[in-house]
Amino acid sequence: MRVTVDQPKCVASGQCVMLAPEVFDQDDDGIVELLTDTPDTAHHEDVKESAAVCPAAAIHLAEK
Amino acid sequence: MTETTTDTAVDLPQHPSPRATGCPFDPPPALHALQSTPSLSRVRIWDGSSPWLVTRYDQLRALLGDPRVSADVNGPGYPHRSAGQKAGSQSRRTFLNMDDPEHARIRRMVTAPFAIKKVEALRPSIQKIVDDLIDEMLAGPKPVDLVQAFALPIPSLVICALLGVPYEDHDLFQRHTKVIVKRDSAPEETVAATTALADYLEELLATKQSRPEDDLLSELAIKRVATGEMTRREAAHMGVLLLAAGHETTANMIALGTLALLEHPDQLATLRGTEDPKTVSAAVEELLRYLNITHSGRRRLALEDIEIDGQVIRAGEGIILAGEIANRDPEAFAGNPDELDITRDSRRHVAFGFGVHQCLGQPLARVELQVVYSTLYRRIPTLALATGIDQLEFKHDGLVYGVYELPVTW
Repeated sequence: MRVTVDQPKCVASGQCVMLAPEVFDQDDDGIVELLTDTPDTAHHEDVKESAAVCPAAAIHLAEK
Repeated sequence: MTETTTDTAVDLPQHPSPRATGCPFDPPPALHALQSTPSLSRVRIWDGSSPWLVTRYDQLRALLGDPRVSADVNGPGYPHRSAGQKAGSQSRRTFLNMDDPEHARIRRMVTAPFAIKKVEALRPSIQKIVDDLIDEMLAGPKPVDLVQAFALPIPSLVICALLGVPYEDHDLFQRHTKVIVKRDSAPEETVAATTALADYLEELLATKQSRPEDDLLSELAIKRVATGEMTRREAAHMGVLLLAAGHETTANMIALGTLALLEHPDQLATLRGTEDPKTVSAAVEELLRYLNITHSGRRRLALEDIEIDGQVIRAGEGIILAGEIANRDPEAFAGNPDELDITRDSRRHVAFGFGVHQCLGQPLARVELQVVYSTLYRRIPTLALATGIDQLEFKHDGLVYGVYELPVTW
């Protein structure tokens, strides 16, 4: 799995950070920051859920 | 009848429609009926216009996430909630009523304190507020109104501390907020209340500019107003929005959620018997989904023709997105979504909206509700309604649904 984030679209809802703190973080303004673009398999479900609940559709997933 | 009506006025269902008697937690039956029809519906609203009503979960998410859908309340055809709401929202411009890119620019000025780690850092102080209020309740007379003694003070104290508003002034801002969130307030009442609150916050911003503290209003005063990026009035309107939205919503979730749990003793027993934060968090999400207190629908305007499931919403047409029924969509939630089940996976609910305007304060609301729901019923295990549920008055006329008073005993 390869993850990309679209920071200009992010609305700082932070749900990705709640769901997958190993993969996502927030900067000082709450905007999403990617900690790794190739998360461990163990985190794939949480990352998929993060993309699904992201209100701004700012998280994109692709097969590696 | 002597004339043929070509206008569909007589055929369209009126919106909003009433909830069924005796079902305070369920959306109006008319919404259930519309959700089961295959196509989008039109409804008649207070001003005689006929916007689209979106009841299905997938359509609601698609439209709220669509940049061709505008939140600008000044657009002709925008489906306002009432004459009072129209006047009130047009008298103040906030990021709530703007489209991107302006919306994103302004909203980002206030996102910092709502980041997850900042909100988590507030958890101990929120816990102390909750514990202190429970101590006071237990030491005082009973029955007591849970709204005034508990539900309203918690989010008010929290948002006041975050913004830097003196809580001693809560009579003033709660009085004006009450008018703003009442659906049937007259236009002049809503404008007067909005103006009074903005005046109050403008004065506060002036004080903060000369004597800044560690709070959001000080940050706005120093970083935005003093630099000329926004006027003090614009910053004041942002403060009004955060102050009003910050306490009205969560307060209603605490009181109505407590009532829902008291009416579902098996669910309450599960919640009371756990110390697992994940179980508490799931219960909060399910109550947010099930109660969906923002029951007036998100209001939008189509900027272009939008085709959705074979139908076309034309440019200039209004759209009402009814989250309270979308959150009961059997296509979207497992099991029977009309039942309260705190073990359900409800995380994808739309109680906070969806798209770029999704509730800014949701991380804070979640922590407040998690602390309340994991504390109140454990510390007062015999908590019970002190009156019949049929004696309670519900906020049918409110922008946010809830209960005016909740007399409880223990």
